[in-house]
Formats: sequence, structure tokens, C-alpha cells
Amino acid sequence: MNNDQLLGLITGVFFGFLLQKGRVLRFDKQVGAMLLRDMTIFKFMLSAILVGMVGIGLLTDAGIVTSSHKSMNLGAVLAGGALFGAGWAVMGFCPGTSIGALGEGRWHALFAIAGMIAGAALYAELYPFFKSTVLAWKDFGKIGLPTALGVSPWVIIPLFWAGTISLFFWFERKGL
Amino acid sequence: MKRRTEDGGWSPYLAGALVGLLAVASTYATTLWLGKTSYLGASTTFVRAAGLLERTVAPDRVAANEYFTKEKVRVDWQFMLVLGIFLGALISSVTDRSLKLERVPPTWEKRFGPSVGKRAVGAFLGGIVAMVGARMADGCPSGHGLSGMMQLSVSAFVALAMFFSVGVLVAALVYGRRTS
Repeated sequence: MNNDQLLGLITGVFFGFLLQKGRVLRFDKQVGAMLLRDMTIFKFMLSAILVGMVGIGLLTDAGIVTSSHKSMNLGAVLAGGALFGAGWAVMGFCPGTSIGALGEGRWHALFAIAGMIAGAALYAELYPFFKSTVLAWKDFGKIGLPTALGVSPWVIIPLFWAGTISLFFWFERKGL
Repeated sequence: MKRRTEDGGWSPYLAGALVGLLAVASTYATTLWLGKTSYLGASTTFVRAAGLLERTVAPDRVAANEYFTKEKVRVDWQFMLVLGIFLGALISSVTDRSLKLERVPPTWEKRFGPSVGKRAVGAFLGGIVAMVGARMADGCPSGHGLSGMMQLSVSAFVALAMFFSVGVLVAALVYGRRTS
């Protein structure tokens, strides 16, 4: 195993451990969120985002890490996002959590994993077609919200914190 | 707000915040050791896994495929990260005794019954659709949802809104509102 692989493995073990401790790997938690009954996965994701956006913002400002935005390709993100949402609802896992769910004994996740590998192979076959159609519609490039709005990230981050914390209080009040 | 869930899990706020710290530490560690900042993600690994499997039966087809060439079929940092998720979840669930061999998830069973076959077909077809979507959007709830949001990427806000709104719509159609 080379350094890259070793670092990936160690990071993944921590990631999987925390995903399992947060109890977000389960089908019922994921579908529970989509049925608007149990917001556990949102509490988890948004907490990670709140902490991560401050840390990554500081490291980026200090020039220590570089940001890597994914392209805001309109057709790709809208159509791909919609397909993902539809498949996610039926499958009840996302790519990362399917592997974790298998780790905590939910072996039916194997069917989801097999489907996703098949889906990846299918995408590779269809890539030339998508590239000339849905991916070719309109690409706004790799942009961050601060650049798009012309403001500092440190204006957006406190607002995001305030909104998210209010949402958390609302979740708790509603018992979600 | 409870610190522990009923089955011994951690508060999702705490576990999530720790994932935030892990994500920050990971960008720092990858920049330092790999020479390039890498962000947490998972779905590209499925492309590489598909390429590795397909290569065993049709190596020429994989070599000639534009998308496999673009994403590079190899066992890289993210591939090992995804395998690590399995190990981490196994360690956590064995040590707090929440590991459970589950045939069919409860919410699914309430709607479609205990048939493993039905669940297998649903999960497999759902998996195909979801992965085509994730690759088209260039990310999943890890790559867009966590890493993209942490960097305030415009694509992450749009992708996450699509994931969730369509997920809510399809979940309501598939499972119905009354299965609780």
C-alpha cells in the first residue's frame, strides 16, 4: 500500500466510525429524512458542514489548502441531481453510506452497491452521448458562492450558521 | 437534545461536527502528504470499481472508454477511503453491539413485505439510477453535500437541493405518507 492509499484508508476508518456512531448509515434514517419524519441525517450533515466550512475557509485563506469546486454545469447538476434523488429514495442509501451500512451488518446494501457499480459502468458507456447533450447545455464553471455573489465568504458563513442553528432548534421543537 | 441515542449511538450533532473536523484535517493531510488537496467523496470510486471489474472480462473496452480514461481506473486515495468506511462502521458497530444482520429494512418491509427478492430488485435498480445521476452531477452527498458545501460551491447548493427535493417527491410516491 502506498502513502496515498494508507492515508485514504485511515481517513475512511474515522469517517465510517463517525457515520456509524451518528446512526446515519441506515436505510430507515435516509428514507426517514425523505419522508420528512426523521432529520437525523440533516443534523449530522449540517453539523459537519458548519464546522468544515469554517476550518476549510481559514485554511484556504491562509493559502494552506486549495479549493476544488465542482463545475456548475446546469444540465448536469439539475438532471443528474434529479436522477440521484429518485434512485436514492428507492435504494435508501447514498454511495458512501451503502458501504458503511454493509459494515454494520445491513447486508441488503450489497444489492445497492452492485446496482451502483452497474450504474457507473452504464454511465461510462453513455458518457459520449451525455457529453454532447445534457453536459453541453450551459456550464457556469467551477464557481464558489462568494465569487458568484461578489461578497466575502466570511459574510456567507455567519449567515449560514445562523440559518442552520435556527433550523436545528426547529427540528428539536418538532421532534424530528 | 440528547447526547446518546436509545441504542447507544452518539448525538448526530456531535458525530457530524467531528466529521467536520475530520474533513478539515483531511484537506490538510492530503495537501501535505499527497501534494494536492483532496476532499471527501465516494461516488468516483464506483466508477473505478466498475472499471476494475470490467477490465477482467473486457480489458480493451475499458482502455478505449473515454470516461474510464478520464477518471483513471486505479485504487487511489478515495478508493481506500471508501473501503475504510466499511471498516470504520464495522469496528464501531461491533464494539457498541449495534451490528445487526438485516435482510430487509423496516420501512421497506412495511410497504413491500419481507421479500428479499423485491428489496434486491429495488436496491439494484435504484442504485443504477442514482449512480448515473451522481456521475452526471459529478458528485454525491459526500462530494457535493459535504465537501462542496464546506467550500461554498454553487454546484453543491443546487445539487443538494435537487437530491433532496426529488428524493422527497419519489419517497412520498414509493413509500406513501402513512407508513410510519
